[in-house]
Amino acid sequence: MVTDNKPSLVTINVDGVEHQVPAGANLVDALGKIGKEVPHYCYHPKLPVAGNCRMCLVELGSPMRDRATNELVMENGLPKIGWQPKPAIACATNVSAGLHVRLESPGVKACREGVTEMLLLNHPLDCPICDQAGECKLQEFSAEYGRGYSRYVDEKNAKPKKTRLGPRVTLDDERCILCSRCVRFSSEIAKDPVLGFVNRGSYNTLTCFPGRELDNNYSLNTVDICPVGALTSTDFRFKMRVWFLKQTPSIDTESSAGANTTVWSREGKIYRITPRQNDAVNDTWMADSGRELFKSVDAPNRVTHATVKNEKATLEAALAAADVALSAGALAIVGSSHMSVEEQRLLARLAKSKNASVYIPAHVGKGDGLLVSEDRTPNFRGALVTGLTDRAPVADLKALAADIDAGKVKSVLIVREDAAMLGLPASTLAKVRSVVLATHHNVTTAAAEVVLPALTVFERSGSFINCQFRLQSFAQAVPGPTGVLPDALVLARLAGADAAAVWSELSANIPMLAGLDGRLLPAEGVQLDGAAFAAHKFPEGKLLKFAPVATA
Amino acid sequence: MAIKVVERRPLTLAERTYLPQILAGLKVTWDNMVRPSVTLQYPEERPTIPKNYRGVPTLVMDPNGREKCVSCQLCEFVCPPKAIRITPGEISENATNAHVEKAPKEFEINMLRCIYCGLCQEVCPEEAIFLQNQYSLTGLTRESMVNNKVKLYELGGTLPDGHHKWDKKKEEAEKQAGGQH
Repeated sequence: MVTDNKPSLVTINVDGVEHQVPAGANLVDALGKIGKEVPHYCYHPKLPVAGNCRMCLVELGSPMRDRATNELVMENGLPKIGWQPKPAIACATNVSAGLHVRLESPGVKACREGVTEMLLLNHPLDCPICDQAGECKLQEFSAEYGRGYSRYVDEKNAKPKKTRLGPRVTLDDERCILCSRCVRFSSEIAKDPVLGFVNRGSYNTLTCFPGRELDNNYSLNTVDICPVGALTSTDFRFKMRVWFLKQTPSIDTESSAGANTTVWSREGKIYRITPRQNDAVNDTWMADSGRELFKSVDAPNRVTHATVKNEKATLEAALAAADVALSAGALAIVGSSHMSVEEQRLLARLAKSKNASVYIPAHVGKGDGLLVSEDRTPNFRGALVTGLTDRAPVADLKALAADIDAGKVKSVLIVREDAAMLGLPASTLAKVRSVVLATHHNVTTAAAEVVLPALTVFERSGSFINCQFRLQSFAQAVPGPTGVLPDALVLARLAGADAAAVWSELSANIPMLAGLDGRLLPAEGVQLDGAAFAAHKFPEGKLLKFAPVATA
Repeated sequence: MAIKVVERRPLTLAERTYLPQILAGLKVTWDNMVRPSVTLQYPEERPTIPKNYRGVPTLVMDPNGREKCVSCQLCEFVCPPKAIRITPGEISENATNAHVEKAPKEFEINMLRCIYCGLCQEVCPEEAIFLQNQYSLTGLTRESMVNNKVKLYELGGTLPDGHHKWDKKKEEAEKQAGGQH
């Protein structure tokens, strides 16, 4: 395993050229880092080594030593290399000083050709209907390392096709190359060992244990790691070929774990969401629940235009009406942990200038200990860091409702929250001037005086701070509804601020964000020092890469 | 400069009657009258389309009436003017060709964009799309110049298929399921 904290380097020799690689690293990873591809199917850097596909066979050797004297045996002035008589699998080899590797020798090429030919013996020729085509390792390596024709003349094995493994995963047994990645993932990462192999020889088949289903919330990761098209997503099945899809880096907003994701879209339509590797947050995994969030983009109740008193209005007119409504007297703001850092800062400035009280509702659920945390919002830490609030999130808005009833609040701005679900009924909201910034219509938008359309996380860009105090950015994957401005621009307009300057203002005024620009973050994000907020009680329990700070 | 007078030759009798010239002209007319015609009375008469002519792209069925396209979208990918637009879909469990699993839900070729290059036919792994001998395609609106799936199969018809790839696969699976492996 490669560790980040300064690994000691050793020298290995690859096809006659010396390279420096981290000591003890897995040979496949180490060679990958220096740009040498070792084809492999069963090996996965985040899973235990199984060594069953044999595709990564290489020739290994080391300098010979005299048995009597332990001196290096020299040949023509160079140490003589003792090559192992048979090839070995790179995935089960850790690098050590002086290791010699042959990747391009005729023997290694013959091994790869042989393994590829054998894997293709019973593989169906159904790439035209296979969803994996385009991102299929078997397809790629067959083209790269295969011999290009088959000598097999017998009939191929017929195995079950289109088998339901669980609510979200479909299995095509004919395509399976029995690499056991999915089996290892289910038992080691998801801790739900429901997959296994039955029967022997060419009848060997992947299946679920009797009476069980692959129905845990991480089942779709088996689809991601399947090197062939055996496990496919039932939702994405036959929807679009992957080579048409544009990849956009994003963040999973279902919880404060902040799993890194890739959004796959074509011509403004999102087709799927997959995890993006970030070893500090989510390795290469994400929860199934986060992959369905894109369906809210095309929901029938999307807010597509501004309304004033439930009448369609231009954005300009609605913003003017909002300005009037927000200046009606004592202002209360319901902010959200679903807002990005930039939007929260702009809202904080609005709150400060209007001397408004700020409420951040809590959304708490059950954590699963992996990548879905107890806090079901992506960015409560952002509300703390940007100064939008300094309190723990409120469980409901009953206190605000009481203030409205008592006449202490004259106008309300609600951003990205359904206040009616949080104890602020529409009848109470009707008593004050109200402005709502929302992505979807709900009881609150129906009762609000001014409704401003907002964009989903897939339609705007920004950054979130996850439970580890890691600042991570997300990019716009698809355009929003016509004429809808990003939330940050709307809030900047209400606050009388410049949305483009928000990061220079943040890095100048917030010590934790000094020198940072959320638009220029590295792909893996930036770890902030959350020590300033150590006194806060956060709901998160242990996660895949997060352990709560023990509070006394 | 001195002026040189050229003596004009007097016309002969034959020349003075004009008859040889008229007869020579009539011969040309006559030769063309009796020569086989090189033009066609289009549109009443239609030309014979040579083999391998690249006409309007069409979708074809196999001799069993099964639609051959499995909506792999390679033609959509390769199409230089982006004339092809496919909506992939799944074949229902009850259909006779359910063993193929995948078929286009909709298949559109925009003939205002098509450049008749034939790459779609070349790339098709299922031999489902062919540029056949239909060469005259007109329409009064832009919409009518977009051939949808129904129109494409109407134009394409049925072509002989020596492979029967999916049917053979199905037969083999049934044979093995029957214990004749």
